[in-house]
Amino acid sequence: MKPKRRFRSETLMLVPLYVFTLVFVLGPLVYMVILSFLQRAETWGVTNEFTVQNYAGILEPVYLNTFVESFKLATLSTLLIILLGYPFGYFMAKLSQKWKGRMMMLLMIPFWTSSLIRLYGWIIIFRANGILDKILMGLGITDAPLKLLYTYPAVVVGMIYALLPFMIFSVYSSAEKMDWSLVEAARDLGASRIRAFLTVTLKMTLPGLLSGVILTFVPSMGLFFIADILGGNKVVLVGSLIQDQLMKAHNWPFAAALSVILTLLTSLLIVLYRRLAGVKDLEGLV
Amino acid sequence: MKNKTVLPNVYLAVLMILMYVPIVLVIIFSFNENKLSVRWDGFSWRWYEALFADRAMFESLVNSLILGGSASLAAAVIGTLGAVGSSKVKLPGKDAVEYLSTLPMMIPEIILGMVFMVFFSLIGLPFGMMTLIIAHTAFCIPYVFMLVRARLVGMDKSLEEAALDLGASKIYAFFTVVLPLIAPAILSGMLLSFAMSFDDVIISMFVTGVDSNTLPLRVYSQIKTGVTPEINALCTLILLVTVLILALAAVLSRIGRGKKEPEQAAEIEAR
Repeated sequence: MKPKRRFRSETLMLVPLYVFTLVFVLGPLVYMVILSFLQRAETWGVTNEFTVQNYAGILEPVYLNTFVESFKLATLSTLLIILLGYPFGYFMAKLSQKWKGRMMMLLMIPFWTSSLIRLYGWIIIFRANGILDKILMGLGITDAPLKLLYTYPAVVVGMIYALLPFMIFSVYSSAEKMDWSLVEAARDLGASRIRAFLTVTLKMTLPGLLSGVILTFVPSMGLFFIADILGGNKVVLVGSLIQDQLMKAHNWPFAAALSVILTLLTSLLIVLYRRLAGVKDLEGLV
Repeated sequence: MKNKTVLPNVYLAVLMILMYVPIVLVIIFSFNENKLSVRWDGFSWRWYEALFADRAMFESLVNSLILGGSASLAAAVIGTLGAVGSSKVKLPGKDAVEYLSTLPMMIPEIILGMVFMVFFSLIGLPFGMMTLIIAHTAFCIPYVFMLVRARLVGMDKSLEEAALDLGASKIYAFFTVVLPLIAPAILSGMLLSFAMSFDDVIISMFVTGVDSNTLPLRVYSQIKTGVTPEINALCTLILLVTVLILALAAVLSRIGRGKKEPEQAAEIEAR
């Protein structure tokens, strides 16, 4: 269809979306970038002086370390989520149509209900002398409470729990679209099960797997309340750092610089994904 | 190729059960007589009674309802108009703006909350219900927009053309032909928006004011300061509301476009 020069009345329908998007999405994002180059004022607020000091500040060992730690935690959680979620999505795609629908419905509840509430359930489990300790001690596996709450493993479990559905949905949606006869063909031509999986299945589900990685890796850098609730103050993520700088230290330019870096890292991952998977939209999003 | 072994199904079942354990525990302990959620002391409604007697809690419930209602309504209007308009008009830079409008779904929540906070204080908007509604509308629009757009793609265009050929005005044709056809998508978009808004913590935390506490914010501060079984009861109620809304959304999208489509709603989620 050729663009028409003539004004069409339907254009008016776009006005609210465009205005809202430009003012309340683009505006704040642009301001975040500007703010990250401004000088912090003596007590509160910002001055209009240009500086790159905020970015230099991130290179200080304390903050750099937070990025590294965040990155490590995100990597660990994402790896575990792949190990758990990939088989789940894959097996689910092999179920009968009826069961696919049922599993979908069952996944909706943990997926859509407040992650806060679901995390709260883990507090009940992990708490000293809580459910987990009772079970382990009852079975004679341990003889003293493990005190898992407010530890690193608790945070990892929380991350996995909050983000696993994203991986499952992504893998499922690309495995579901897969043409299984290709796997059969590979098997008929003499490929072993493992070889058929590696050369056909894995390749075909790669877009889903990669989009799952992005959907889990990106948020796990920022989900500060998981570290907060399940990790006490022991685990500090980039997200927690931004929140602290904003709410407690009132150093907004520094918080903005941290956010810019995090956004850049995020975008980089998405660009990388598009290159690798050769798709425009994240698999499983629509 | 049918896999006849049971092992995959066992795996699916076990992991699914594990996903439900924390949720079920919260519900069970909300009926526990004991103050500490460590052992079962018998059935009791006392935490629900305590909850309903709590005035501050009631106020935050009202706030959450107003917020979710307004944000999903605003998102429905803006998102629907945008999706319908975008299916008909070609403008320079259209793709870019549409991409921007779906960004709030992709950006980590912490950053979204942060940029809203600094931006609102830049333009001098006082923090409170208004800022909450704007921020929530921003992350709700993508849901409505994408659901409606998907529905429009599958829609039979000739119906609207027929109405126009028969002399209906564009506006009349929109309200009598297009809108009824996309209504299920709009409604499920709104319900999903409401569900998202109703349990958002991170973004709300940054843009809330002194007297606009929402329910999830209260839950968060209570979990942090010290746990009372009242939270169990509150969480159970919030769960109930969310599940009801989801069920409604699923039923609606089923009416809207035959079977198979509660998936669409699930898959569109990306936060």
